[in-house]
Amino acid sequence: MTDLLREYTKQLEALARKQGLNYFPVDFELVPTSFMMEVAVYGLPVRMPHWSFGVRYIYQLIQHRMGHSHLFEVVFPGNPGRAFMADTNSLAENTLVTAHVLGHADFSRNNALFRKSQEQVGYHIVEQAAAHARRISEAIDVHGQSRVEKVLDAALALEQYIDPHLGLQRPLYPLYEEQKSHKVSDPFLQRFRALPGSEMAHDASAERRRAPIPPHREYDLLWFIAHYAPLMDDWERDIFLAVREESFYFYPVFACQLMNEGWACLWHTTLLREADFLPQGLFLDAMKTHSDVVRPYAGEKQVALDINPYHLGFAIWSEIVKERGIDEARTIMEQDDDFSFIRNHLTEELAEQLKLFEYKKTADGEIRVMDHDLDSLRESLLVKKFNFGAPHICVKSMQSDGTLLLRHEHETDHRGLDLVRADKVLNYVHGVWRRPVILHTVDEKGHSITRAVP
Amino acid sequence: MSDRERADFSGTRKETQWYGLFSRGARDWLRHNEKIREAVTRHLPDLVSDLDVSGSHHNRTVRVPVRFLEHYRFVLGHSREMKGVGQGEAKPGDVMQTDTGKQGRGNKGEGSDSGEGGPEFLLELKVDDIIDWFWEELNLPNLKAKTGTVEEDEYTREGWDKRGARARLDRRRTLKEAVKRRAVYQKDIPFIDEDLRYRQLVKHQRPNTEAVVFCCLDVSSSMIEDDRKLAKSFFFWALQGLRRQYRQIETVFVAHTIEAWEFSEEEFFQVTAHGGTVASVAFRKANEIIDQRYSPERYNIYLFYASDGENFPQDRDAALTGLEQLAQHANFIGFLETLTGRLVDSPSSMSRLFDLLQLNGLPVRAYPLREQEDVWTAIGGFFRSQADAEA
Repeated sequence: MTDLLREYTKQLEALARKQGLNYFPVDFELVPTSFMMEVAVYGLPVRMPHWSFGVRYIYQLIQHRMGHSHLFEVVFPGNPGRAFMADTNSLAENTLVTAHVLGHADFSRNNALFRKSQEQVGYHIVEQAAAHARRISEAIDVHGQSRVEKVLDAALALEQYIDPHLGLQRPLYPLYEEQKSHKVSDPFLQRFRALPGSEMAHDASAERRRAPIPPHREYDLLWFIAHYAPLMDDWERDIFLAVREESFYFYPVFACQLMNEGWACLWHTTLLREADFLPQGLFLDAMKTHSDVVRPYAGEKQVALDINPYHLGFAIWSEIVKERGIDEARTIMEQDDDFSFIRNHLTEELAEQLKLFEYKKTADGEIRVMDHDLDSLRESLLVKKFNFGAPHICVKSMQSDGTLLLRHEHETDHRGLDLVRADKVLNYVHGVWRRPVILHTVDEKGHSITRAVP
Repeated sequence: MSDRERADFSGTRKETQWYGLFSRGARDWLRHNEKIREAVTRHLPDLVSDLDVSGSHHNRTVRVPVRFLEHYRFVLGHSREMKGVGQGEAKPGDVMQTDTGKQGRGNKGEGSDSGEGGPEFLLELKVDDIIDWFWEELNLPNLKAKTGTVEEDEYTREGWDKRGARARLDRRRTLKEAVKRRAVYQKDIPFIDEDLRYRQLVKHQRPNTEAVVFCCLDVSSSMIEDDRKLAKSFFFWALQGLRRQYRQIETVFVAHTIEAWEFSEEEFFQVTAHGGTVASVAFRKANEIIDQRYSPERYNIYLFYASDGENFPQDRDAALTGLEQLAQHANFIGFLETLTGRLVDSPSSMSRLFDLLQLNGLPVRAYPLREQEDVWTAIGGFFRSQADAEA
């Protein structure tokens, strides 16, 4: 059976390249379901140990036992890419999954966000994450479980706080403020200043001022803490940077999820339709699986209150290909992320055809369908995706006694933080920062409040 | 390229077989549970309320409902209205109801359950383990058994005999003998008398290690429920600790107002009575019981007296005499002054009495109990003082 799958894989790949898919080689591997679940939980095949993954693992296990989740594949971009498929999948399922994976591989090699992130993590995140895990295990041996855990509690709680725009590798802040060139409008003065010997009077050293830290609002909390925490050990900084590197890898996976899944569905359909080497029965079984994956509602229901990203992504891509052709679709795939994809390509017609609706849910669980407004609907679809899915929090300043001042940008998020949890996170952060940590946000009524540890 | 790829296909598969043997998810889950256990041990007192004070707890377990630990993140505060996008047959203005009974976020600013903080599961803890953790936590000494002055006879198994009482027949040994015999003599008789082996008992003299613990409780109307809880908690832990030290522990429960009665344990904690407090009657009762049943030569005697500390002033001398008499026989007398919800301006008459006795070098000590924390302090103090006395 595996031989057969291998044969199909070879032929599907040939077909894919003929269709213009352009991807790094992919290592396919059949693995037990238990391993699939772990990979899904950790996000990477080998990742640092932390108790919170254990909790997610149990949830996944329960879901699986209850039959609510079926993990067909997990794929990791890179060169080579790696794809894991459940060894319990049928041959038809794995044939479909193989084609699906090729779509993902094409996407991750060509999409701008993915490319940037892959360049930064060197196309080998799987190996790097394993190396991080090893280093952290070593740290546990040297410094003890609870000390390492304390650092991971903090670093993983801030997992989403990176700044993808400033990149993975970035220089430290300049030590001194940039000297403001004095505006000299007077042409005489200009010439006078240019005279040799006259510079003594304006010696720069007197004016060089220490730049504040940070010189601007800093959103990459992981980077900031790793480099500017006053009292951290090097091994602790190392853990922060390890978590940060993995976050840079996860960012495009998160920010392009809808596009990426849709693209993979588009290609598994296209490739399978063209794959005349597949027996008819197997093709039909595979297409049955396909329709299960991209269906909008669970079971017999006629209404869903969540959107299946496979379904929506697939529908939008199909529409784009139909209206504008595959070449334009490829260009969109290369340039967009979920934000621009939804805003530009979820059209009025498509929304109507898919019967999308926007609703308001009150605290007591009442759901009221709202009047149709496409712009508002698009934003509701995207609301969970902003800022890596986390509230906007930045470092505002670091005071001379080492106090860390964080600010929650409640104007952007339109409300304050859950204070119980915020306090807990501040405690984690204080555990590594070791000087006072202060956070500004607003309470339920919108009055500004300050939380401080200690 | 595609050849290399195919080679990897089988290559990686062999290398990565380890995942069948090792689960990271399970490892991190166990670590999570370990952390829960750590957290639970910090809340031990709450677990104790349902346990009997004197019962033996070997192999007994308590089930503690615990929540999964939540790894906290920054999240936005709860908002009255959330927008979402759905799909299907629905018109503007349609209203649907979801069951938010369990899924909804905590009702009033509690914010402690949502998503991952979710379900509870039952953690089963062995009472003996709890006690072990607790001893570690408080860094308490494991005391040596104190021996009484009287030696007692003890029978232990030692060796075998070919004759003996039927009840002590050692079947395994007997069978072995039969097998040996049949191997040597090649005769197929299943058992003969020669095969029989009986366990032999040998009499030893050994010092006895018995103790009796008196739990005395003031049940006058001034003792409120919380006071009793604290007292019960102290009794429980003190008994658990002493149990590690003595082979045999007997318990005596004495309640008093202006009279004193002996009770069984079940009754003891349910007794309520009206009236004032005359402590000396309890001490007299304890002295009587000692005289009748617990010879100080044979028993190590501990007495714990719990009261809110107010005693009839006229009873002071009688109480003093009673305590002095007890202290001659007892290894230790503890006074648990329960003070829940009370503001104390000056030491109570009873605690002054105990302080006086302590100054006179008698093995007594007073412990104020305001809240559960104080029980730990008192327990710690008691066992450490015992260890010091031992040294």
